[in-house]
Amino acid sequence: MSDVLERVKKMVVEHLDAEEAKVTNNAHFIDDLGADSLDTVELVMAFEEEFDIEIPDDAAEHIQTVGDAVKFISEKVG
Amino acid sequence: MRRVVVTGLGLVTPVGCGVSAAWDNLRSGKSGASRIEHFDVNDLACKVAAVIPRVDGRAGGSPEMSGVFDPDTVMSARDRKRIDDFILYTIAAADEAIAHSGWEAQSTEQAERAGVVLGSGIGGLQSTYDASILLKERGPRRLSPFVVPAMLINLSSGQVSMRHGLKGPNSAVATACATGAHAIGDAARIIACGDADMMVAGGGEASITRLGIAGFVACRAMTTAYNDMPEKASRPYDEGRDGFLMGEGAGVVVLEDYDSAKARGANILAELVGYGMSGDAYHITSPAPEGEGGYRAMKMALKKSGLKPSDIGYVNAHGTSTPMGDELEVRAVERLLGDHAPNVKMSSTKSSTGHLLGAAGAIEAIFSILALRDKIAPPTLNLENSNVETEIDLVPLKAKAFEGKAVLSNSFGFGGTNAALIFTEAE
Repeated sequence: MSDVLERVKKMVVEHLDAEEAKVTNNAHFIDDLGADSLDTVELVMAFEEEFDIEIPDDAAEHIQTVGDAVKFISEKVG
Repeated sequence: MRRVVVTGLGLVTPVGCGVSAAWDNLRSGKSGASRIEHFDVNDLACKVAAVIPRVDGRAGGSPEMSGVFDPDTVMSARDRKRIDDFILYTIAAADEAIAHSGWEAQSTEQAERAGVVLGSGIGGLQSTYDASILLKERGPRRLSPFVVPAMLINLSSGQVSMRHGLKGPNSAVATACATGAHAIGDAARIIACGDADMMVAGGGEASITRLGIAGFVACRAMTTAYNDMPEKASRPYDEGRDGFLMGEGAGVVVLEDYDSAKARGANILAELVGYGMSGDAYHITSPAPEGEGGYRAMKMALKKSGLKPSDIGYVNAHGTSTPMGDELEVRAVERLLGDHAPNVKMSSTKSSTGHLLGAAGAIEAIFSILALRDKIAPPTLNLENSNVETEIDLVPLKAKAFEGKAVLSNSFGFGGTNAALIFTEAE
């Protein structure tokens, strides 16, 4: 879990050009980190690539915060 | 119709980035040509191009050349991944042109009367290529949402409008190698008809890619005989010419309604007095016999300007260094100028910059305006032994002074599309 969290945070910082301190568990990609809808699509694709998982579109819609991503990925990679 | 003037210029070219560096290098006869080093050219018949000198390693042209392009000054590496280089170059040139003009929207109404017409001959060619490979190799789920906005030609207009808050008419041009000239002419008409007071206009291109080179080689349009002497490859009117040298970059101008420009105390650089267009209706890649399509575009521009042939002192030729095109254009210009032909200087700056395709007409309009300001015709490099007989001075090898109050810039494109622009000094 903590490993996933660290990797996700690092990716969010890189992809959204976000300040590290702002990338907390509750940080919302769009409301808090300045992403737009295309950024979040790209970010989800990057998670798929990084963790070698598939994130279906209906699941991707619910990944809106750092915590959402960590939870979904952790369950997938088990 | 309202008068249209030029108040800002911006350049990203193989002979330097920034108007001042590019013009100095051009006048002094520098070449932007080099061996292509940023992708594999082993199996390509053409291995040379005029590449933008960039700080990130894609060095081109003379190493001592001023005006090296630094992408970081335009936007972050992260943002650059989401656009194509043709958009990057266009944004950089637009930033310079708008800053140069000193124009700033003072109200919402002014912003709504300021627009953009930029274009590209091909658009995001490398982005399209990369996405095609990715789609084939890894499937549709790997395609980034930024692929399409990187490919689309009108996204340079879109990006520039967002960056500078320009909420007026927003359009794009794609007329191959005539794009830049058509964009400037079309934007001027939008101002002339009163639909905007300020327009950002021009073109950008980034087609020095494997697909771009291979594709134009397949059309038999490119130089292939000078792979070991890149700076000799672009040689308009010379007997050794064998096709064009590809260039890349962008040229952008700020156009304004004369009265608005005067009212805000803008520095008026030139007036766009004539714009002519025509179609060859002849062949997809070959110009019509005797350059008659080009002639009609020039004639229309001259008629619109109300000038006489004897007012023209300098012609910036389309002159791509192809065996047939160069000769036909000279014949068409001779026909336009009549008895005045021996008094005119006509050069092809593509001998220095290569052929920037959709950006060519825009950078050459800018070079024409600078030539008019300084009364200096930049040289036609490598014109050692002309085999195009003419009384027009083709300005071989070295820049020359000229006289005359107007300059003409020609641009002709695949598909048989022609554009001509005439500028006069600001009055």
